[in-house]
Amino acid sequence: MARYRNLWLFAGVALLFILTGALQSWNLSLNILNLALLSAIMAIGVNIQWGYAGLFSTGIVGSVALGGLAVVLVSSKPVPEGWAAGGPRIFGALLFGALAIALAVWLYRKLKPGAARTLALTLFLIVAFFIYRMILDPAVLAVEANNPAQAGNIGGLGLNSLLAWPVGAALAAAAAWVIGKIALGLREDYLAIATLGIAEIIVTVMRNEDWLDRGVKNLIDLPRPWPVPKEIDLQTNPAFLEPVASLGLDPVTASTIMVKLLYATMFGLVLLLLVWGCERALNSPWGRMVRAIRDNEISAAAMGKDVKFRHLQIFIIGSAVVGLAGAMMTSMEGQLTPPSYLPLRFTFLIWVMVIVGGSGNNWGAILGGLLIGWLYLAVEFLGPHLMEVLTSGLPAGALKDHLKDTAAHMRLLTLGVVLLLVLRFAPKGLIPEK
Amino acid sequence: MDILNALVAFLNFVVVPGLAYGSQLALGALGITLIFSVLRFSNFAHGDTMAFGTAFVILFTWWFQSMGITAGPLPTALLALPLGILVTVAMVLATDRMVYRFYRKQRAKPIIVVIVSTGVMFVMNGLVRMIIGTSEQNFTDGARMMLNPQDFKAATGLAEPLAIKTTQALSLGAAVICCALLFWFLQRTRTGKSMRAYSDNEDLALLSGINPERVVRITWIIAGALACIAGTLYGLDKSYRGVVYFSLLMPMFAAAIVGGLGSPLGAVVGSFIVAFSELIVTSAWKKIFGYLFPPEWLGDGLYQALSTDYKVAVSFGILIIVLLIRPQGIYGGK
Repeated sequence: MARYRNLWLFAGVALLFILTGALQSWNLSLNILNLALLSAIMAIGVNIQWGYAGLFSTGIVGSVALGGLAVVLVSSKPVPEGWAAGGPRIFGALLFGALAIALAVWLYRKLKPGAARTLALTLFLIVAFFIYRMILDPAVLAVEANNPAQAGNIGGLGLNSLLAWPVGAALAAAAAWVIGKIALGLREDYLAIATLGIAEIIVTVMRNEDWLDRGVKNLIDLPRPWPVPKEIDLQTNPAFLEPVASLGLDPVTASTIMVKLLYATMFGLVLLLLVWGCERALNSPWGRMVRAIRDNEISAAAMGKDVKFRHLQIFIIGSAVVGLAGAMMTSMEGQLTPPSYLPLRFTFLIWVMVIVGGSGNNWGAILGGLLIGWLYLAVEFLGPHLMEVLTSGLPAGALKDHLKDTAAHMRLLTLGVVLLLVLRFAPKGLIPEK
Repeated sequence: MDILNALVAFLNFVVVPGLAYGSQLALGALGITLIFSVLRFSNFAHGDTMAFGTAFVILFTWWFQSMGITAGPLPTALLALPLGILVTVAMVLATDRMVYRFYRKQRAKPIIVVIVSTGVMFVMNGLVRMIIGTSEQNFTDGARMMLNPQDFKAATGLAEPLAIKTTQALSLGAAVICCALLFWFLQRTRTGKSMRAYSDNEDLALLSGINPERVVRITWIIAGALACIAGTLYGLDKSYRGVVYFSLLMPMFAAAIVGGLGSPLGAVVGSFIVAFSELIVTSAWKKIFGYLFPPEWLGDGLYQALSTDYKVAVSFGILIIVLLIRPQGIYGGK
């Protein structure tokens, strides 16, 4: 029995999805499955950071959001008027900003330490900041003035959103490089605090910079990744309709299920590919070195391993995987809604998945992703039912209404309690590290 | 006269709000730094502890108001504050007993305890939402202004008004009193000295017969009380929403690290650095410059370096600079 324990666990999770499909609807079940698969990919990314190297990042949501941004930049409709109004100038300003920071770093290294250096660099950065704003501001105003109701942004490249997936990974990796350079090699808590900040800034930028992604006005109608068709096209396609009709299915339901199945296949393929790569990496000399560093930094350093560089490497790889999942999510949803990037949903939920599943074990991360992903979304339809049953004995009134309202907030409490219980009583998770 | 007007505008838009906000941050950051120095982890649940305490202060305030008890010109919340502090302290002590103590006995790695504290954060956040909901609650009553802008204008004859809200004055006053008491406690009393000894060197402190559980308990009591006070003052000043306190974590951590994690004085200084930087960077300087320079020099910009949405970027920027240049902070924490 014990030998097949992991298999039983996965079978149990599969049963949850099947029950959801049979008792509620297959559409809902597949919907949850797709999001759970994406969560599982994010959990793999976090597991790379935490399970392999013991890096605690609280900025997962930032990587997810950058993935979403990549989809916008690569595949949203081009807005030629918006781009013409100020696109090149905005990029010029960003380039200027990057150069100014690079120059400041160079000067910092070149100049002799002392009050003079601090003063000179401060003045330099302040002046550079105002020049940057002088270049940026008019361009931003011009872009945002262009048809604000429908556009107001610089638009994207209009390419297939499959191409955006690696771009999302690259963006998240770049952000991870910057933050890792600064915060790694210090106390472990500092990485947690610094990533909390950078994630909040990334989400704030996406919420406020309308020229980039229309901010809180949301960006809709992002194209589907290749080969996923639109439901409406399927419903008029005889090659799809005939087999559906011969099976006696409703074409509308069948088309939505077909689309979701396609997504599930694609996500499943990416997930398998990642797990295969991760398992190979973990069982290679590289994987043993990384775990050696995690378990004892000092002795690993004494063996000549470059601890800081390895930490940076792993931090970047993990963030890239999360960024990839973020891009996949946005391309599936077909829209970017910056206000939905909440740290509770995308940082701490993923953490719960990794820890419940079993940190350090790739299969554990996947199991945690699927299980907690299902729980988190299933509570939406189970919670009110449950509360209805629990409060059925109470007379109608304020108390009953209040209790029903609180059902929606039960989710956070439950997650917190689950995290605390697992950490305390089963710190190795459901599938422990070998 | 124009320089005077510019000065008053500066006081009104930067100094007064900065002092109030800095005081609120300082009370929160003190808790973070104390927990760090005694329990040796960064407490991610601190923001939500503040929200939790404030939620109970609000409930007690409503209860007092329904009985017709008020504090005259002062907010009723001040009367409710002691009760709120009691609930918060009970909550953090219970959390310590049920959650943190286990990891302390095990001597778990600090980072594990940090993750545990995010679990506690979830639980507290969930409780706050269940108790008081997610909508905005305004529980400020009493006199709104300590210094009325009209009175100030009439008394001085200046064009620019100066306003001091009661809640702003209260924040500063409370911070001064709490800091004075805390520093007196840490420097002069036997218990305070044992706390400092424990934080400096755990093993030596144990050898000299200091009871670690007692030190930890007192740390939680102080941190919980300060969190409740800080949260209440922030809520009185800006109106209360439970979810906002999570975003106070970043400025509070930045303040504690700037001053040096583990150094109480550093936390206070760091809080004012963070608060004033935020205000200097995100205020519109047009009005102040308008008094100092002829209008044709200025054009029509707002002279605002960053919009207020990017407040978090300021505390983050400060944090980055400190981590790059002086990771141990101004007063050399751990």
